[in-house]
Amino acid sequence: MANINEEQVRHVAHLARLAVTDEEVQQFTVQLEKILGFAEQLNELDTTGVEPTTHVLDLKNVLRKDEVRPSLPRTEVERLAPDWEDGQVRVPAVFE
Amino acid sequence: MNFETVIGIEVHAELNTNTKMFCGCAREYGAETNTKTCPICLGHPGVLPMVNEKAVELAVRAAMALNCHVADQTKFDRKNYFYPDTPKAYQISQFDQPIGFDGFIDAEVDGETKRFRIERVHLEEDAGKMNHTGANHSVVDFNRTGAPLIEIVSEADMRSPKEAVAYLERLKEVLQYAGVSDVKMEEGSLRCDCNISVRPYGQEKFGTKTELKNLNSFGNVLKGLEFEEDRHRKLLLAGGVMRQETLRFDETKKQTVLMRVKEGASDYRYFPEPDLVKLVLDKDWKEAIRAAIPELPDARRVRYQETLGLSAYDAKQLTVTREMAEYFEATVAAGAEPKAAANWTVGEVQGHLNKSSETFETIKLTPARLAEMIELIAGGTISSKIAKQVFAATIEQGVEPRQYVEEQGLAQISDEGLLRGLVVEMFEANPAVVEELVGGRDRKKGFVIGQIMKKTKGMANPALLDQLFHEELEKLK
Repeated sequence: MANINEEQVRHVAHLARLAVTDEEVQQFTVQLEKILGFAEQLNELDTTGVEPTTHVLDLKNVLRKDEVRPSLPRTEVERLAPDWEDGQVRVPAVFE
Repeated sequence: MNFETVIGIEVHAELNTNTKMFCGCAREYGAETNTKTCPICLGHPGVLPMVNEKAVELAVRAAMALNCHVADQTKFDRKNYFYPDTPKAYQISQFDQPIGFDGFIDAEVDGETKRFRIERVHLEEDAGKMNHTGANHSVVDFNRTGAPLIEIVSEADMRSPKEAVAYLERLKEVLQYAGVSDVKMEEGSLRCDCNISVRPYGQEKFGTKTELKNLNSFGNVLKGLEFEEDRHRKLLLAGGVMRQETLRFDETKKQTVLMRVKEGASDYRYFPEPDLVKLVLDKDWKEAIRAAIPELPDARRVRYQETLGLSAYDAKQLTVTREMAEYFEATVAAGAEPKAAANWTVGEVQGHLNKSSETFETIKLTPARLAEMIELIAGGTISSKIAKQVFAATIEQGVEPRQYVEEQGLAQISDEGLLRGLVVEMFEANPAVVEELVGGRDRKKGFVIGQIMKKTKGMANPALLDQLFHEELEKLK
């Protein structure tokens, strides 16, 4: 059985930049443990000798030629941006 | 206590493609802000990335040129982090299956060749460009977002700042010659981060490292690393404990400045990119890529010495950049004598380019014109003094040297020493004629002058020749 603690939930929430209440942390801890437990059923399968895959589709080399295609007009980018300043997207300052 | 410095370097090089890594937006430096974007590189919901074939080939080419093993099969992974320059909130990169690994380059340090190992070369996408315009906000240009990059990670093999620069110079040269990247640090198509630590000699364990970021020239790499090396040593000597931190080099203060303190390993939660399928690099594809790699500088240097008879010094000078090497080779191909072509290329031509915004590709003194001018000099048509004038006219106005020399009447040989030599030579070769001349029979003068004119293809300065003829004849009387 998967074992998830509250500290892990807070860590994951922080990485996803989600503000969670203490109540939610408790709730998610239980839920996440159940979800992982459900996925863990897969471990019951014997996968000896089965090559690991990284993708569900058995496709390879889906490639594109290096040819320029039209970009969006800047007016459209401006319309989509939450904030705009002199041709650039304005964002809150990020302090490290 | 004696200390040993240990340096490892990560280089990011933008690949020479027309378009971005996963979409058809043009990859163009200096374009108007936010005019080269689309829903794919802006990370809109529901879009799918598609791999640029050329970017894969250039990454493989780089791995090969850096003597790496090239993976038979590889994939892309998601590196998750939030930052405003990355609209998807993740970067598509390669985690556990880099395209190239276990390579090396040999670089010269203080006259000795040292091998620097390369851990890995992997393919990824670039972030946008952020400008911090105010205290409370920044602005972002997404033109660069999604441009194809390779990250080249060295082993911690450098033992001095000087070695770090030697490695970087060599790496830059290889990437440029292989046609992988235009490696312009000033435009950000080549960027490097250095990790440096210091440990007492004989200690196996590495010291605590600091990371130097945003080094925008090799000069600053050297200065920044020297500053850090010194700072580490002094701190350790004073019994201090080094903190793991990220710094940048401040050019005006000439010192490193703290950017942030590292707290443990970053948690990027890498996982295989579900939007992209695996890449299989089979033997045929690899061979085709290898065959397309242009001749690398080492091979050129050997060829210049062995087949063109140049010195090792000249060969090295000529291969500083691929543009220069190609200019030189085109000049030789146009018929110029190699040594002369080499001297002009690394001397006057490079000197001119240093003072102008032109390049070896746009210069008006084309290889064909330089070859023509060299021929005019070698054939005695113009003196070295006149050559300077012809050089200036050609490089500034793009005239055709031979035509220009004819039109300006520069073809005359006015070189006194040369003409006097020809007169003396003619006298010595024809004692019977000299006897007649000394005896006062002037009609033989026409013969001597005629012969010299013939020899100089009619380009000797007649007045000067006449004067020298009489001077030399007087000496024999």
